[in-house]
Amino acid sequence: MGEARILRRDDAAVVTETSGEVERKLGVAELLWNDGFVRKAVIIVCLAAIWEAYGSALDNPLLFPTFHDTVLALVEKTRDGTIPLRAWASLKVLFMGYAAGITLAAILTIVAISTRIGTDFLETVTAMFNPLPAIALLPLALIWFGLGNGSLVFVLIHSVLWPVALNTHSGFKSVSNTLRMVGRNYGLRGFPYVVRILIPAAFGAILTGLKIGWAFAWRTLIAAELVFGVSSGQGGLGWFIFENRNLLDIPAVFAGLLTVILIGLVVENLIFRIIERNTVQKWGTQS
Amino acid sequence: MAALLDVSGVTLRYKTSSAVITATERVGFTVDRSDRFVLLGPSGCGKSTLLKAVGGYLKPSEGRMRINGRDITGPGADRMMIFQEFDQLLPWKSVLGNVMFPLLTARRLPRKEAEQRARAYIEKVGLTRVVDAYPHTLSGGMKQRVAIARGMAMEPDILLMDEPFAALDALTRRTCQDELLQLWDETRFTVLFVTHSIAEAIKIGNRILLLSPHPGRVKAEVVDVDQVSNQDGSAGRLESQIHDLLFAGAATAH
Repeated sequence: MGEARILRRDDAAVVTETSGEVERKLGVAELLWNDGFVRKAVIIVCLAAIWEAYGSALDNPLLFPTFHDTVLALVEKTRDGTIPLRAWASLKVLFMGYAAGITLAAILTIVAISTRIGTDFLETVTAMFNPLPAIALLPLALIWFGLGNGSLVFVLIHSVLWPVALNTHSGFKSVSNTLRMVGRNYGLRGFPYVVRILIPAAFGAILTGLKIGWAFAWRTLIAAELVFGVSSGQGGLGWFIFENRNLLDIPAVFAGLLTVILIGLVVENLIFRIIERNTVQKWGTQS
Repeated sequence: MAALLDVSGVTLRYKTSSAVITATERVGFTVDRSDRFVLLGPSGCGKSTLLKAVGGYLKPSEGRMRINGRDITGPGADRMMIFQEFDQLLPWKSVLGNVMFPLLTARRLPRKEAEQRARAYIEKVGLTRVVDAYPHTLSGGMKQRVAIARGMAMEPDILLMDEPFAALDALTRRTCQDELLQLWDETRFTVLFVTHSIAEAIKIGNRILLLSPHPGRVKAEVVDVDQVSNQDGSAGRLESQIHDLLFAGAATAH
């Protein structure tokens, strides 16, 4: 039997300069290519080039205008104020419907988490109404609310309410038991408990619901405006598209479609991205 | 002087989908101020359930529990829980925000005072460096330290610790145990500590309550645990004594 010995390895003789590089700076090209935004921009440029090439080869602006015709129409209609005005008209209605839908969804989910029958109610109605396309309700809405924003807001609420309520509710349900107990430990209950614990803890799921709700609402709105769209003398983007098709101004139709896409992209990739980066990504609850 | 925490004749039952389980049966003990009271037993002895009942999360079907002379009716910030799980920190708040959160919501301290106190306790657990970091960037040991700072900053009547170091690696666990004892030396808080490790119980506690499983009953109480030491081997002897006591029944039963 003997004693174990400790052999020191960190004397000055051993710790010399490390050989080789520890850190190497990436080149500019490599850095750019690592940025998802740059890669996507390249894809968009390629798509635009294909569009331009096909358009010129076809040479039929009535069927398929070229990319630069569309851009020109877009610039022109933007400059004379038509497109911004129409887009604003659409967005105004959208915000109304979106806000009303979210409010209703909040009420519905709070009722659902506080009582068991509320949960059953939420699960049943979402199961019933979620698969129903909002546009299918439009004829009915027209009878109930007439030709106007009332009908649009109604179908928008329908398209926002169910996905937001569904996601929020499942987000609340998946909040970990430990966090719930922590919240109750601090004497939180009722509304403060929902606001200070459940909502932030379920924020990832809520945000997903809001994104889906937004996408549904935007599509529904444009589609509904195509069916009818003039209210108080001013139509939205859907109506703009429909109008210009009737005038056979196809580049303007394309410009309208492009605007719909652009607004969708901005909201999805700018607004929601910024919210995500400052919440769920910062908190590490979603990568 | 009356005991700080008085648990007498407490039977705890909980329902699963198919049966009613008795977790503990007529368990009684008292915890005095500045005690480091350890509930020790194998899994299934209801020690965690007992701690949750003291926390106010479930009601005993028999017996009563009083803290500071008041009956325990529900969760409250006079008994701060520290859990085993790392997700007990609020992921949407920084370390500072986490420690301040109960001070603001439960204590209703003014923001400035809450921040001062939170910073002081974060310094106590040695995390000043990461005060603005979010929990997901911390290691397990750091998260548990934040949870301890959060509990201590409230200066509750009693800290309830539910195997707080069980999910840590062995080296970190040791450091955390040492730090907890050092913190106790500084502030002399009262802690009710649940563990299934005999060594940890001896290291942490000055009193140990031994529980037997299925259902949990009090088997023995070990007092003056802080008198033993590793140097003269008395800690080792106590450990094997407790081990024999806990597993004696199991050995004869088979």
